[in-house]
Amino acid sequence: MTVRMDKRFAAVKAEGRPALVTYFMGGDPDFDTSLGIMKALPGAGSDIIELGMPFSDPMADGPAVQMAGQRALKSGQTLSKTLDLAAKFRETDNDTPIVMMGYYNPIYVYGVDKFLDDAIAAGIDGLIVVDLPPEMDDELCIPALAKGINFIRLATPTTDDKRLPTVLKNTSGFVYYVSMNGITGSALPDPSLIAGAVKRIKGHTDLPVCVGFGVKTADHAKAIGASADGVVVGTAIVQQIAGSLTKDGKAGPDTVASVVTLVRGLATGVRAARLVAAE
Amino acid sequence: MNETPKPNSFRAGPDEDGRFGIFGGRFVAETLMPLILDLQGEWEKAKNDPAFQAELADLGTHYIGRPSPLYFAERLTEHLGGAKIYFKREELNHTGSHKINNCIGQILLAKRMGKTRIIAETGAGQHGVASATVAARFGFPCVVYMGATDVERQAPNVFRMKLLGAEVIPVTAGNGTLKDAMNEALRDWVTNVEDTYYLIGTAAGPHPYPELVRDFQSVIGKEAREQILEAEGRLPDMVIAAVGGGSNAIGIFHPFLDDAGVQIVGVEAGGRGLQGVEHCASITAGAPGVLHGNRTYLLQDHDGQILEGHSVSAGLDYPGIGPEHSWLHDIGRAEYVPIMDHEALDAFQVLTRLEGIIPALEPSHALAEVIKRAPKMRKDQIIVMNLSGRGDKDIFTVAKILGMDM
Ligand SMILES: Cc1ncc(COP(=O)(O)O)c(C=O)c1O
Repeated sequence: MTVRMDKRFAAVKAEGRPALVTYFMGGDPDFDTSLGIMKALPGAGSDIIELGMPFSDPMADGPAVQMAGQRALKSGQTLSKTLDLAAKFRETDNDTPIVMMGYYNPIYVYGVDKFLDDAIAAGIDGLIVVDLPPEMDDELCIPALAKGINFIRLATPTTDDKRLPTVLKNTSGFVYYVSMNGITGSALPDPSLIAGAVKRIKGHTDLPVCVGFGVKTADHAKAIGASADGVVVGTAIVQQIAGSLTKDGKAGPDTVASVVTLVRGLATGVRAARLVAAE
Repeated sequence: MNETPKPNSFRAGPDEDGRFGIFGGRFVAETLMPLILDLQGEWEKAKNDPAFQAELADLGTHYIGRPSPLYFAERLTEHLGGAKIYFKREELNHTGSHKINNCIGQILLAKRMGKTRIIAETGAGQHGVASATVAARFGFPCVVYMGATDVERQAPNVFRMKLLGAEVIPVTAGNGTLKDAMNEALRDWVTNVEDTYYLIGTAAGPHPYPELVRDFQSVIGKEAREQILEAEGRLPDMVIAAVGGGSNAIGIFHPFLDDAGVQIVGVEAGGRGLQGVEHCASITAGAPGVLHGNRTYLLQDHDGQILEGHSVSAGLDYPGIGPEHSWLHDIGRAEYVPIMDHEALDAFQVLTRLEGIIPALEPSHALAEVIKRAPKMRKDQIIVMNLSGRGDKDIFTVAKILGMDM
């Protein structure tokens, strides 16, 4: 739907490899550091950026992402500041797709129409809203699609063949396959199971299928990337940030650099993925 | 002319998508969607299955001890000098509160669905105890999530749950109260979808929970309506109940909603006052938002972040309220008012001394409202209050606040 997203997937496909999708929490540990992280991601090898919107009650997230959200909120992050973050990033990068990911309530309270207008102005390409299943499409999905913002849906192991068409109906940009029943930060399941699921979803859609939840290392990225069009890494990045902070939770001297190092490694993983697949 | 037209019946909701007006719905992660659709399907079948209803009724009679009495509080009535006050004695149920009505219903659903593990969240521990009880009775393993703060202030109930064989997991996130326990229960459910039944303890959460919890709790109002007709030959002027998530309240309200002459009053926890954030008056001082699977009134800031709130009563310490209450408030069928911690504590003592009943701190809030209203009413008017639970669990909290030696 948005040009940036389609172009990026086409470019990555032309290189014969899956995309690396990186998640971090907007405002963690503070606005400026998180802008620094965001700006460094493409250079480190990230193809698509997932920008986390902090929420006080992240029901589908494990402790690492919960704490990242708490740090961001404590430093004064709001939805409006997360939009600012994207806008500032866009001043120097007009190619990397940005997907905002989070929960519905802050958007609902901000006002759906105002949010969509401001998101377009900030250069947002897509939305992932965890607690808006297809049954709730009238809330945000339909209005977003009408304004030209991708609505990326999560498919999970519980989404069987009967339900998949419902889930895919208003999905655009890509499909996010959640590798397991569980919360972010859990252990990665057997890649062959995931490959089977990706194949199943591809039988229902032409959209790219990205896989996330549990991908932490370059080896994981390589294994998952053998079958998926994209690999999403979140908890590992958030943990890298957490590990780099000072004792009182402030940005450390190499917070940005340590994220760059991690993402470089993951980028090597996705670049090796299809070589393995071809073997 | 923007006013919403009044419906023909106030008892027809929710619609097929689980909406009460704009409230309710199914705001859950995709992983859970197939589960709540299954639950809805099973509930539709069970509702109309005479065998299910018969088992429910039989357990109601012989295990819970239903019907609970409707008791005329003669000395309290005399003391207040106004309306006649009746208590619906839900505190006499097995396990000491109304929570068991819902737990018996849901465990029968879990059994029908072939689930083998029960999880629950609890605030005051009454729902946790009721869940652990039915899990023991039906032979299910049971895990109860409870905020760490509540584990401390409701210690007797923690011990009861453990005796009953449940595993109690303290939740330290946030303030360590009911909201945090519910988040953690949802995380467990997302992880263990195959075998686990989530036994939600109040009339909130994603559809169909608000509806099915209400239906299981409506036995309170159905009985009360018959009992007051029998005792007084007429309907009451007012029905009052405390509102945490709203299950005991909707249970007694629902059968009276189409009786135009019956005034409906829900009592929220006013905590230490409504000026700051030290209260749980979601309707009086909150705004509509989306949390825990439904749209409803919530305590939240301008950025849509949920606030923690406070109440002396763990069972009312929740920043939301069941969606049907939000709707009843918006259409004006029910009125919701706050009662402060200290007013509830005073009411607790009044009842103890005048009627020889130690109430839980949750219904003590409803009682405080009765104490305000009854004197202003005529002696031939009638109030029915839901005495939702007994206060044994609260005696330590009360002793501490009143500075009494145990
Ligand atoms: C005795 C009693 N009453 C009321 C409540 C509040 O819950 P609800 O509003 O769902 O009835 C509780 C909750 O723990 C309780 O234990």
